[in-house]
Amino acid sequence: MARTLYDKLWDGHVVREEPGGTALIYIDRHLVHEVTSPQAYEGLALAGRKPWRVDSVVATADHNTPTKDWDKGIQDPVSRLQVETLDDNMKKFGAKVYFPFLDKRQGIVHVIGPENGATLPGMTVVCGDSHTSTHGAFGALAFGIGTSEVEHVLATQCMVMKKSKTMHVVVDGKLPTGVTAKDVTLAVIGRIGSGGGTGYAIEYAGEAIRGLSMEGRMTLCNMAIEAGARTGLVAVDDKTIAYLEGRMFAPKGKHWEQAVAYWRTLKTDEGAKFDKVVTLRAEDITPQVTWGTNPQMVAPVDSKVPDPAQERDPIQREWMERALKYMALAPNTPITAIQLDKIFIGSCTNARIEDLRAAAQVVEGKRVASNIKLAMVVPGSGLVKEQAESEGLDKVFTAAGFEWRQPGCSMCLGMNDDQLSPGERCASTSNRNFEGRQGAGGRTHLVSPAMAAAAAIAGHFVDIRSFK
Amino acid sequence: MEKFTRKEGLVAPLDRANVDTDAIIPKQFLKSIKRTGFGPNLFDEWRYLDRGEPDMDNSKRPLNPDFVLNQGRYRGATVLVSRENFGCGSSREHAPWALQQYGFQAVIAPTFADIFYNNSLKNGLLLIKFDPKIVDQLLRETQATEGYRLAVDLEQQTVTTPNGESFAFEIDPFRKDCMLNGFDDIGLTLAHAEEIKTFEAKHREQQPWLFA
Ligand code: SF4
Repeated sequence: MARTLYDKLWDGHVVREEPGGTALIYIDRHLVHEVTSPQAYEGLALAGRKPWRVDSVVATADHNTPTKDWDKGIQDPVSRLQVETLDDNMKKFGAKVYFPFLDKRQGIVHVIGPENGATLPGMTVVCGDSHTSTHGAFGALAFGIGTSEVEHVLATQCMVMKKSKTMHVVVDGKLPTGVTAKDVTLAVIGRIGSGGGTGYAIEYAGEAIRGLSMEGRMTLCNMAIEAGARTGLVAVDDKTIAYLEGRMFAPKGKHWEQAVAYWRTLKTDEGAKFDKVVTLRAEDITPQVTWGTNPQMVAPVDSKVPDPAQERDPIQREWMERALKYMALAPNTPITAIQLDKIFIGSCTNARIEDLRAAAQVVEGKRVASNIKLAMVVPGSGLVKEQAESEGLDKVFTAAGFEWRQPGCSMCLGMNDDQLSPGERCASTSNRNFEGRQGAGGRTHLVSPAMAAAAAIAGHFVDIRSFK
Repeated sequence: MEKFTRKEGLVAPLDRANVDTDAIIPKQFLKSIKRTGFGPNLFDEWRYLDRGEPDMDNSKRPLNPDFVLNQGRYRGATVLVSRENFGCGSSREHAPWALQQYGFQAVIAPTFADIFYNNSLKNGLLLIKFDPKIVDQLLRETQATEGYRLAVDLEQQTVTTPNGESFAFEIDPFRKDCMLNGFDDIGLTLAHAEEIKTFEAKHREQQPWLFA
């Protein structure tokens, strides 16, 4: 029978299945970071258990780490204790590899997995972090888990779960110039809603998706969770294989040949059925900007902030009104009239080399507008930073008035010092615009790297398609 | 985990859609390496007027009088009723921990986000999905009737209102069993250790590079 990519990945990892459909799924790769792991390791120790397979674990410290003054260490004692707890747990329990704070390969967990070849097609990948969906860009079955599940995977190498329904998101045609993977993923969320993917694994397909680089596909799958889907997927093709060749943990020699032959089968069969199909035309997608407090609250840059009075559903209307109040935006304000205070280029959504290149291209030879209090670039990892510096991108950014920082999650969630102050408005390349996400009272607008860069120069949002 | 059978308690309404986990427990409290102590910071940014930090004495902080849980009539609530897509966002298990440690034993909403749903049930926090119409009714009755209580019976899979009206809910039989008996998931899985090892050996043979 014709199977979807999701079916193949699922079938390939079922250890046993209960009559009600609950299954034990074998986990190949377990990514670990400091925030969601301490209680799991503690639980393991208290029960006198050991990790089932230490070499499945790849770990780093990213959420709490500072992005400047690394020579001073981690100043916040609460953050430092959490990072040191991970250091201790790594010593005590072990891992295939650990990239600690200050390591040259340290970085955001969803950036370092793929760039070191620790994420491979056909794998099951879990992490105590919802944006684990990112790794689905490689044709891996990847999903975020909670701390109890982290402990469960450490102890048993398995997850207890039920099969999801499948959704096919097909983007036909070619993306217009200036329209990126970020805009596609935001447009999809705008279409199906932030709960539209709940209970589904989304496979993204179509000409526009095939046309995306691996970086772009990661951006796309990263935000599957913002549509409610724990898993986002893209089928394996030549780009997937070319990206992985030669990476630190990618298979070598005979194993490489064998792996590639298998990986090439990781696509949906002709005629396989999905539970739901959503189709978009690439030509219709425009640069997107969120205006509210949920990624679903998104609009084209050349449009206006919507008017709740036009919304008929009272629950939706109330939700929109609350969001606009928090965001301090009046209905019908043109998106390009929104003035900004801070610019954040970073996060596991958009802090890979290609993202930084796109932003640098926009700011080259220009200056950050005088109303912008802070514009910062935070590379996704030490390797991204090194690559960017070798291309001179750091110079381009600093010459334009941006701060060039050390890698980490940074102002995506502000667990370190990088935060918005109450009332500050930020153009951010991250993935969540929830109330207080970047700092209590802060106001977040999600955009692509090029759009964030252009907004930094103009001081307000501009349409990248006509920006000069 | 503690067993969950039948619980009866005061209801609080949180009449908004898409309550995300950043709102349930803001990031600064995720720096803790413990599993406890999150109750006082549940809905921190909505509940207090000042900005919360991990080392504060929460009893001295100014409360936001407009936030529903700060109204005297909802003090001691154990059942929360909210709107669709409750628990969306991050995978932080600190969200169900905070709800539980505040005192909630069950949350009722039309839909829940997937990761939050699993995290909650694993901790014995029962999440009940009802049709939006029933949720509407429960929210209305809670707001109209001071001291409104609901009886939640997991065994029977019902929620019963004070005037005896009863609504049935669905739950996965495996999850129900775990909650009723307070099972330790890991122990259950390890009972199948031999099967896991057999699978692993076959998997290693087929995809040796995964184990290299
Ligand atoms: S960059 Fe943001 S979304 Fe990504 S893992 Fe870090 S905190 Fe989470």
